[in-house]
Amino acid sequence: MLNHLYSRYSLATRGSGRGWLLAGFTVATFVGFLSLAPVARAQDSTIRAIQNIFDPLSAPAETLYNVSLLVMAVCGVIFLIVGGLLTYAIIRYRHRGPEDDQEEPPQVYGSAAIELAWTVPPILIVVMLVLVTARTIGEIQHHQMPAAAEEIRIIGHRFWWEVRYPKHDVVTANEIHVPLSSRTNRVPTEMILESADVIHGFWVPQLNGKTMLVPNYRNTMWIEPYATGIYLGNCTVLCGPQHANMLIRVIVDKPDVYQKWLESQKQPPVSDPQTVEGQKQFIANSCGTCHTIDGVRGANGVFAPDLTHFASRTTLGSGVAPNDEQNLRIWVQDPQRLKQGCLMPDMQLSDNQVDAIVAYLRTLK
Amino acid sequence: MILTESSLFTIFVVAYLFYIGKSLNPPYPWQVLEFPWLGSLFLFSSSGTVVAAEHKLKKGDKAGFELWWLITALLGLAFLIYTGTEWYSLIYHDGLTLSTNLFGSTFYSLVGLHASHVLVGLILLTLILVASVTGNIKPRHHEHIEMISWYWHFVDGIWAVVVTVVYIIGMQH
Amino acid sequence: MADPTSTLREIGTELKPAPPGHEHGSLTAWIQDLVFTVDHKKLGFLYIGAAWLFFVLGGIMALLIRTQIAVPNNHLLDGETFNGTITMHGTTMIFFFAMMMVFGLINFIVPLQIGARDMAFPRLNAFSFWATFFGGVFLFLSYIFGPGLYGMGAAPDASWFALAPLTSRAFSPGNNIDFWSLGLLVSGVGSITGGVNVMVTIFCYRTKGMTLYRMPLFTWLSLVTMFLIIMFMPPLSAAQIMLVLERFFGAKFFEAQAGGSPVLWQHFFWIFGHPEVYILVLPAFGVISEVVPVFSRKPIFGYPMMVAATVMIGFISAGVWAHHMFTIGMDSFSVTFFAFATFVIAIPTGIKIFNWLGTMYGGKIRLEVPMLFCIAFLFQFLIAGLTGIMLGCAPFDWQLNDSYFVIAHFHYVIVGGIVFAVFSGFYYWFPKATGRMLDKRLGTWHFWVFTLGFHLTFDPQHFLGFLGMPRRIYTYQEGRGWEFLNMLSTIGAFLQAVGAILFIVNMISSARKGKIAGDDPWDAWTLEWMTSSPPPEYNFEQLPEVRSRRPLWDLKHPEDPDWKFE
Repeated sequence: MLNHLYSRYSLATRGSGRGWLLAGFTVATFVGFLSLAPVARAQDSTIRAIQNIFDPLSAPAETLYNVSLLVMAVCGVIFLIVGGLLTYAIIRYRHRGPEDDQEEPPQVYGSAAIELAWTVPPILIVVMLVLVTARTIGEIQHHQMPAAAEEIRIIGHRFWWEVRYPKHDVVTANEIHVPLSSRTNRVPTEMILESADVIHGFWVPQLNGKTMLVPNYRNTMWIEPYATGIYLGNCTVLCGPQHANMLIRVIVDKPDVYQKWLESQKQPPVSDPQTVEGQKQFIANSCGTCHTIDGVRGANGVFAPDLTHFASRTTLGSGVAPNDEQNLRIWVQDPQRLKQGCLMPDMQLSDNQVDAIVAYLRTLK
Repeated sequence: MILTESSLFTIFVVAYLFYIGKSLNPPYPWQVLEFPWLGSLFLFSSSGTVVAAEHKLKKGDKAGFELWWLITALLGLAFLIYTGTEWYSLIYHDGLTLSTNLFGSTFYSLVGLHASHVLVGLILLTLILVASVTGNIKPRHHEHIEMISWYWHFVDGIWAVVVTVVYIIGMQH
Repeated sequence: MADPTSTLREIGTELKPAPPGHEHGSLTAWIQDLVFTVDHKKLGFLYIGAAWLFFVLGGIMALLIRTQIAVPNNHLLDGETFNGTITMHGTTMIFFFAMMMVFGLINFIVPLQIGARDMAFPRLNAFSFWATFFGGVFLFLSYIFGPGLYGMGAAPDASWFALAPLTSRAFSPGNNIDFWSLGLLVSGVGSITGGVNVMVTIFCYRTKGMTLYRMPLFTWLSLVTMFLIIMFMPPLSAAQIMLVLERFFGAKFFEAQAGGSPVLWQHFFWIFGHPEVYILVLPAFGVISEVVPVFSRKPIFGYPMMVAATVMIGFISAGVWAHHMFTIGMDSFSVTFFAFATFVIAIPTGIKIFNWLGTMYGGKIRLEVPMLFCIAFLFQFLIAGLTGIMLGCAPFDWQLNDSYFVIAHFHYVIVGGIVFAVFSGFYYWFPKATGRMLDKRLGTWHFWVFTLGFHLTFDPQHFLGFLGMPRRIYTYQEGRGWEFLNMLSTIGAFLQAVGAILFIVNMISSARKGKIAGDDPWDAWTLEWMTSSPPPEYNFEQLPEVRSRRPLWDLKHPEDPDWKFE
């Protein structure tokens, strides 16, 4: 019976439009508050800025979506029944006028039968919910990863994400590329979550629920996206002044595009003779004590994002601004202007130094 | 009141148990702890003497009450001195302080919490003793005195838990 | 200990209805009286007055927060100031508004309801108040110290539950966190001693004939609340002591590098934290359980079951704490267990709602202002409970935890539930406390404005959670779909402020020239309505003897008394 109930609330895996419709209807009925602005699909179909949990685009997110529909339906029904009874009681039994002052209504103290009648159904509902919950927990937490699964290690820092690909020896930051999965070729991505300082949280709603990154503690989660695009997410556990700008970008690519990206990340950084001066300034100003650039002596710090392929990223400062020349100039000059409270200090560089370093960084594709 | 205090102590006990064996650097419990025979003797027997004092009080034997009450306080004091010497040795001889490792943190906080409660009890005992000697205890105070002796038993009971957790279980690691 | 029934005072002069602040005598005499009083009624006023003060302060912070995030990329508050503001908002509202309001109401009402002359330990009562109050003052001192006045001082900024290791010296170098832990340690002492006092009072000072099963439900719920306080506030104190030891003496409780576990802090905190919200909500249930019967003109439906449900809630609340930690990476068994316990606690809570419904059913519901707030409470608490069930389903929580959905849920409980119940209790008991009725027209306006504001603020936040907006962010980017809902929410917040102002105006003006109430303006049935309004200092001329749960009903309906049927 549970399976039947369960499958009743499962929708086809790709019907995100239908899913939204049903969810919207359920929720709107539930609260009766049609305040939700017309939720437009993102104009640019590749950037998934609207991360609606009722629009899952990944296998575990969809499992969560199914169970959430069930729970909301149950709650919705309860609300309608109890709310309806309340409304009825208020209208029917309200004090109408002076004639109602003549005598008190029948003084009923209680009724064991009625008490029993309204205790048993909730108990049954709870039993059903517990079983469904337990099953879903198992489904997500004990999922067997196939051998072809991609593996990523994500280490949370104050206020950026370190991203490592152990299988490919690739290190990057903030923008996480993962391969697309499909029915015929299932490639989930397992993510190992750790923290270098305080507790953080990783959340991209359309891909999965969130998991915390705790120091001295290893967490695992997995995603299996089946739609390409750039998924936006946030850090969800207060980690300091720039918690709000510790943004996530998960870029889901088709397998061939993904492979190409991996290959490009494995290449050593471009060595452009025109920006040798910039590289020198980079080292001379101690940038390398915090940042790593592959193959550059003196640039092997681990406190800040790996910059080897910095120019291939679309944003800087973990999403706080687009990665273009103007923003990069501001950032290198004084990062506090873009992200006040972040841990990169104002290095007191002169304009020439900034120019040189910016030119150099922009070659690191 | 006893419920509240139990709740407070429980958390420190949990912290201690949780961190048993997890310290990353020495000194470790088995290296530096010795079973506190003498201290426990002092404290547990003081529970007995306080009962004797209560007994005398009920019989109206003022002198007897004061004597047994005094012995209780002295035993409590002896316990504190014993703890003090133990800590002195741990700090200066073995180098174990609150900030050395997990063991140090949980040990000192738990045992320290207990010792502070003993100290408070000692102060209460002394106050009653002084009041009695100066002739200020009336029959209506007897219930308060009974409360204080209950508190004293409670502190002893906590010590039994601390001994088990810290010295019996903890010393295995 | 004095025998409570042995004193029979003469019929003395009754005190004129004298609202606080306007008593005859000089100002210094009045202040001296308040500072040194041990009378439970005056201490009740002190608690309540302080609670409203902190409510206003916390409310100002809420408005700051809402203004900052009404639009994306706003620059009203920077990240650090914002974090301080949200921390202070949460800490102030929970510990210094809600807790003090709870103690204030209980202090005033419980001795009257059980027919006692005062609390068991009046001086301890005064101590409890001042300790709590000083804790709050100390917390706010943080604004003055630290980096100085031009910044927001050193207000604690690690959120109201102060997650380790953000709170360690390494990541919070100033004294912000210390103000938090020390302030709360002091007020915690006040709460615990207050709890002991109320419990002893209820157990030992009930008037003749009032068995535990004849106590009014407000008193019953207060009793269970006190149990929760004395059992579950110590874990917070213990954890804070550990935090202080860690920050000042280098102890290693939560430090990952020493092998410590930040998760342990979360366990300790939430072992306190979850019962804490029940500590806040049970007295609110108590108010509803008093007001609904009187304004439906029927006794509470199923009194024994209400008591049983309350006790069950008390017990189970100790076992649900880790539902705040579903996303930390616990093993499946623990996650399932805590989801299960969370679902189970919904059952007695739901039963209470059904019982209130059963009380109203078949009655003659008078839609006076106290009842309006009760009705809103019932709908809102129903929704809050249901969103709680949604969050209790761990997989659903994996999406919704730490998002605006959670904020919506707990504000529904605390504002939509507790604050509404407090308003209801005020409109109900203000006449008893001051001798004057609160103005009905102003009260009706207050109700509608505040309710509209409440819904406008928090209903959109559920959807913000659905759309992926996390908590505690001081700003957000455009294009995430959050702009419109945030703006709605901010407008609602200002509406609530207007409603609150209306209420304060009502209180002040009614205290001076409200309609005289008399002893029993609502035709109610519990003991507090038997004495004058306001009650004389000794509460009752002669301590009453009761034979049922509704002693005044018996007096008013001698042909049909309750004790024939119970």
